[in-house]
Amino acid sequence: MIEPNPHKSLFVASAQTKRRATAEKRFHMLGLTAIFIALSMLAILMTTIVAKGSGAFQQSFITLDVALLEAKLDKKGTRNPDNLKKVTTFGYAPLIKAALEQVVVARGIETDLTSKDMAAIVSKSAAAQMRDRVLNDPRLIGTTTEFKFLANSWIDGYLKGRVTRETIAKNKNISTAQLDFADRLIELGIIEKSFNIQFILGADASDQRPEDAGIGVAIIGSFAMMCVVLLLALPIGVAASIYLEEFAPENRLTDFIEVNVANLAAVPSIVFGILGLAFFINMMHLPQSAPLVGGLVLTLMTLPTIIISTRAALKAVPPSIRSAALGVGASKMQTTIHHVLPLAAPGILTGTILGLAQALGETAPLLLIGMIGYVATNMPETVSQGLLSPNSAMPAQIYEWAKRADPAFYERAWGGIIILLIFLVTMNLIAVRLRRRFERRW
Amino acid sequence: MNENIISHEELAMTSPTIKISARNVDVHYDKTHAIRGVSAEIPSNSVTAFIGPSGCGKSTFLRCLNRMNDTIKNCQVSGDILIDGEDIYDPKVDPVQLRAKVGMVFQKPNPFPKSIYDNVAYGPRIHGLARDKSDLDGIVEQALRRAAIWGEVKDRLSAPGTGLSGGQQQRVCIARAIATAPEVLLMDEPCSALDPIATAQIEELIDELRQNYSVVIVTHSMHQAARISQKTAFFHMGTLVEFGDTKTVFTNPREPQTESYITGRIG
Repeated sequence: MIEPNPHKSLFVASAQTKRRATAEKRFHMLGLTAIFIALSMLAILMTTIVAKGSGAFQQSFITLDVALLEAKLDKKGTRNPDNLKKVTTFGYAPLIKAALEQVVVARGIETDLTSKDMAAIVSKSAAAQMRDRVLNDPRLIGTTTEFKFLANSWIDGYLKGRVTRETIAKNKNISTAQLDFADRLIELGIIEKSFNIQFILGADASDQRPEDAGIGVAIIGSFAMMCVVLLLALPIGVAASIYLEEFAPENRLTDFIEVNVANLAAVPSIVFGILGLAFFINMMHLPQSAPLVGGLVLTLMTLPTIIISTRAALKAVPPSIRSAALGVGASKMQTTIHHVLPLAAPGILTGTILGLAQALGETAPLLLIGMIGYVATNMPETVSQGLLSPNSAMPAQIYEWAKRADPAFYERAWGGIIILLIFLVTMNLIAVRLRRRFERRW
Repeated sequence: MNENIISHEELAMTSPTIKISARNVDVHYDKTHAIRGVSAEIPSNSVTAFIGPSGCGKSTFLRCLNRMNDTIKNCQVSGDILIDGEDIYDPKVDPVQLRAKVGMVFQKPNPFPKSIYDNVAYGPRIHGLARDKSDLDGIVEQALRRAAIWGEVKDRLSAPGTGLSGGQQQRVCIARAIATAPEVLLMDEPCSALDPIATAQIEELIDELRQNYSVVIVTHSMHQAARISQKTAFFHMGTLVEFGDTKTVFTNPREPQTESYITGRIG
């Protein structure tokens, strides 16, 4: 029996009300704490990445006037391109030494260094840089031309504070005398730090010259793979979802397919990599390390994501819209194409872009199909050779740099992460914009 | 010739003209027997009301008439439903063509999230009813006029249909159904989401539509059935208890069950 209630004032909180209020307050605080922890983690992550990676966008350059002696570069004096090509980078190296000796004499720098040790502060890429320019423009032979060479990574590190006289005490790559010499050149303005566009546009470089390494070719590799993924995964994923959601009969086979699509989304990405290795490379004999294969593997990986998000978007379209279309005599397909699909488009687009972003950041499957490692081709060749030429991808390039011994590569790995994150954030922003633009109310 | 087609002489003998004729219709959802042996003859150019308590099968039966039940899984329809003497469940019949002939208006106004114009023009477009743009404009205007909403929307045909009030939306939906030039108009509680003023407008409209269409309306309001219909069918527990002239059903019902329902003792 419920007893008739004695009068109670609303101004006096009962014990139970107080307990409930405390519990709610506690829950509120828990939530706030969780958000705070998440945000501070993000802040720490971002600060670390920017602090460690921003150095990669700056590089030390040595500006030298080099006398391009005809006696060294074109003994016959004919300017015949075939003859010019016979002079290797070894033929150019002495010119750098001479140019540095010239500076020492002209500026009155006191140093005990041999000319070979002096030239060691210039990047090993310098000779190739001169040779390329001379081959492009043979008229330069016989003149004195100004070149802006990359400084060796140790000198670069010295300018950035990564290398000090203490840290190189036992280092055979660089000596204190060379640092003293570099100090003099810095005072004279011959060595300067400036923005390094080659990091964004260039190709990877060998272990010997981290200062020359760039992520540009890997960006192209990633871009090519994303094109393959978008062209394959979007139509296949959307078609599969429409069939499963709108047309498939309800039976065991459909259930089986649905369960397996959901399971595929949870398969570790490296499994897709080994599948790609076995199927696309070993069975279908597609070339190794090619963005086409990478794109196919990432398509397999992205498909479940796109299918799941597309199905969710289709499911969210109110059934009344389908009834309305069927009611005026639209066929099933007309109903889907004219009404359901446009309404589901924002969800599909968001899912696709998020799937692409996931694929863009994926490294593991690329390890197995060989899309990793040192890619020597430069910008124009990589683009023209297209989907079948060996290439890397941004995350794979970052991984490759991070595992190399030279600390200068470590800095480039962080710099690469900044670029990768810029791409990912841009894609997510596009997803948000598209969602806003296509969103309609009903 | 199709054996299901009844000769014109035979049709002419039954007066007034029978538009829809149902014989022993049974509907099963999985194990539920939703409609049990319903037979009814729905006359043309009149309003037929289906009344009965919730879950009595009146909406299910309505949805059999344009085969909207086809879209519901595990729904089995047996028996014959003939429109103009043609069996609509014949394998030769394309439900899409049927639904152009038998239009439907739903309980909740469900305009497409497109412009008012596109809402009404959609049917004629997919059925190829308009020769050109001006023809289509004509069809849209005529449909909106018949649905008694032309005056309210003629200046904003490109505005979204979803931005209208509930009553206006429902009239746009009626215009959309009319635009495909149907012969039968099925209405599934078209006024249940509307206020009394909008309801009055729709009722007036239904009365006018009777001139050109056979209207079948499911309603929970017995007053509405009494006001607008010429024939009334009372459903209970999946069976058609009584079917006759509205006046007779409401003033002098044959069955005690019908009397209990219309006097408010059951349902």
